[in-house]
Amino acid sequence: MTATIIPQIERDSVFKIVEAGERLDGRKFDEYRPITIELGVYSRAEGSARVKIGNTMVACGVKLGEAVPYPDSPDEGTLTTTAELVPMAAPTFQPGPPNENAIELARVVDRGIREAKTIDLKKLCITPGEKVRSVFIDTYVLDHDGNYMDAAALGAIAALHHATAPEFGKLPVSKRPIANTFIKIGNNILLDPSLEEERVMDARLTITTDEDGNIVANQKAATGFWTKEEVMQCIDLAFKHGKEMRKLF
Amino acid sequence: MKKKSKEEIIESSIADSKNKDTQPDAPLKLIVNGKRLDGRRPDEIRPIKIEAGVLEKADGSAYVEFGDTHALAAVYGPREMHPRHLTEPQQAVLRVKYDMIPFSVSDRKRPGPDRRSIEISKVIREALEPVVFLKNYPKTVIDVFIEIVQADAGTRVAGLTAASVALADAGIAMSDMVASCTAGKVDGVVCVDIDGPEDNNGEADLPVALAPRTNSITLLQMDGQLTRKEYDQALTYAIDGCKKVYELQKEAIRKKYGQITQFNGRGEE
Repeated sequence: MTATIIPQIERDSVFKIVEAGERLDGRKFDEYRPITIELGVYSRAEGSARVKIGNTMVACGVKLGEAVPYPDSPDEGTLTTTAELVPMAAPTFQPGPPNENAIELARVVDRGIREAKTIDLKKLCITPGEKVRSVFIDTYVLDHDGNYMDAAALGAIAALHHATAPEFGKLPVSKRPIANTFIKIGNNILLDPSLEEERVMDARLTITTDEDGNIVANQKAATGFWTKEEVMQCIDLAFKHGKEMRKLF
Repeated sequence: MKKKSKEEIIESSIADSKNKDTQPDAPLKLIVNGKRLDGRRPDEIRPIKIEAGVLEKADGSAYVEFGDTHALAAVYGPREMHPRHLTEPQQAVLRVKYDMIPFSVSDRKRPGPDRRSIEISKVIREALEPVVFLKNYPKTVIDVFIEIVQADAGTRVAGLTAASVALADAGIAMSDMVASCTAGKVDGVVCVDIDGPEDNNGEADLPVALAPRTNSITLLQMDGQLTRKEYDQALTYAIDGCKKVYELQKEAIRKKYGQITQFNGRGEE
């Protein structure tokens, strides 16, 4: 709601460049910035990853604990995902409890992992109805230069796959859901938006796919709209880029 | 009454599946002979009821039923923004609050906002913003309050459908009225407007909102598992569902305002 006031001139210039079929950093419309994943960078966590997409940096950690299972799934471990947009990451991020953007980020990351059935939660049961293992995935956006959504989702799944616990070695993790975020500026669809592009976007769409040809999560955001044809076009691109990004970890 | 009969159907369905397969934990059959538990075809929406102008004090309001899901929406504004510093000089601020009342679900929900309702409020706001002429009302706020009074899946689409009608009822300038509907996958079959039992035992859920005049998708969320083909089908079903809802929304507005011969700008005779 507290949208940054962007000078009309900046909006016009980004729009003009995109309309001409180009991007500020010289990328193609369906091209990511360089992606790096560093695994196991935080040794106190059972699993961790630091992901950079261009200048955007996200730290993800997996911690394990014990918990009482939910009544509707007494023989399953629990999965909790949180996300923080810390004030150090951008001048627009405020201290305090997670705002709607941070909550949305956490829930979209969570949805991708949960719906792809990434973790076999039944294997995390200790005593049915009494004690189960709990998995916490915490994602921290440390430097925000656009598209923290994909970086956080990638970090979360990479950290999960890297996680080991003394009790049973590797976590019972199989799938690799990947989130791909597209934005619309005018009628142009851009993959992996930079911050400059995000600030003038009309609409955003995040699509999470798994390696078995399933779409597992979607989230539309921002004040614009998508047509069905555009959505299907993004789905095809998401499958293509998901496949490539799965090779990174 | 309605609710009870549905539970009975489920009970008997559980009993049936237990009789057929001797396994005690045979999965609940949600689709039998191409029909869903409540007798609907996969492409059939639930009985929908929409009424405009149901609250006395609000500038605009609406009541919506999608089967057993009942939502109430109220619009206040354009009015002065509090706190002041959130005012936008060039346009109105749209503020949406989606809330489920504690006894709208079987296990009592703690009152007040939670992470789910904060996210839903955000996506509903972003679904309405594309059609509302916010620039017509600079330095103001338009408040949209949504209360889910009874939940049986599809609460965000029922709430959003009600909010659109309430905005129209409040006389807010809009380019279209956003209509909303879900689609999903149940027992491997793509279905429109999934209900509670289908949502709890289904394989996917795809809520969609549409501005039907331009076929613009203004809300799109999804969880579950759908192949590309199933997704295409589900999106088509949801869009068709939105169009049906749209007709009922227009009818509700017409019902309230259609008979009025002398229009004084406030929608009163």
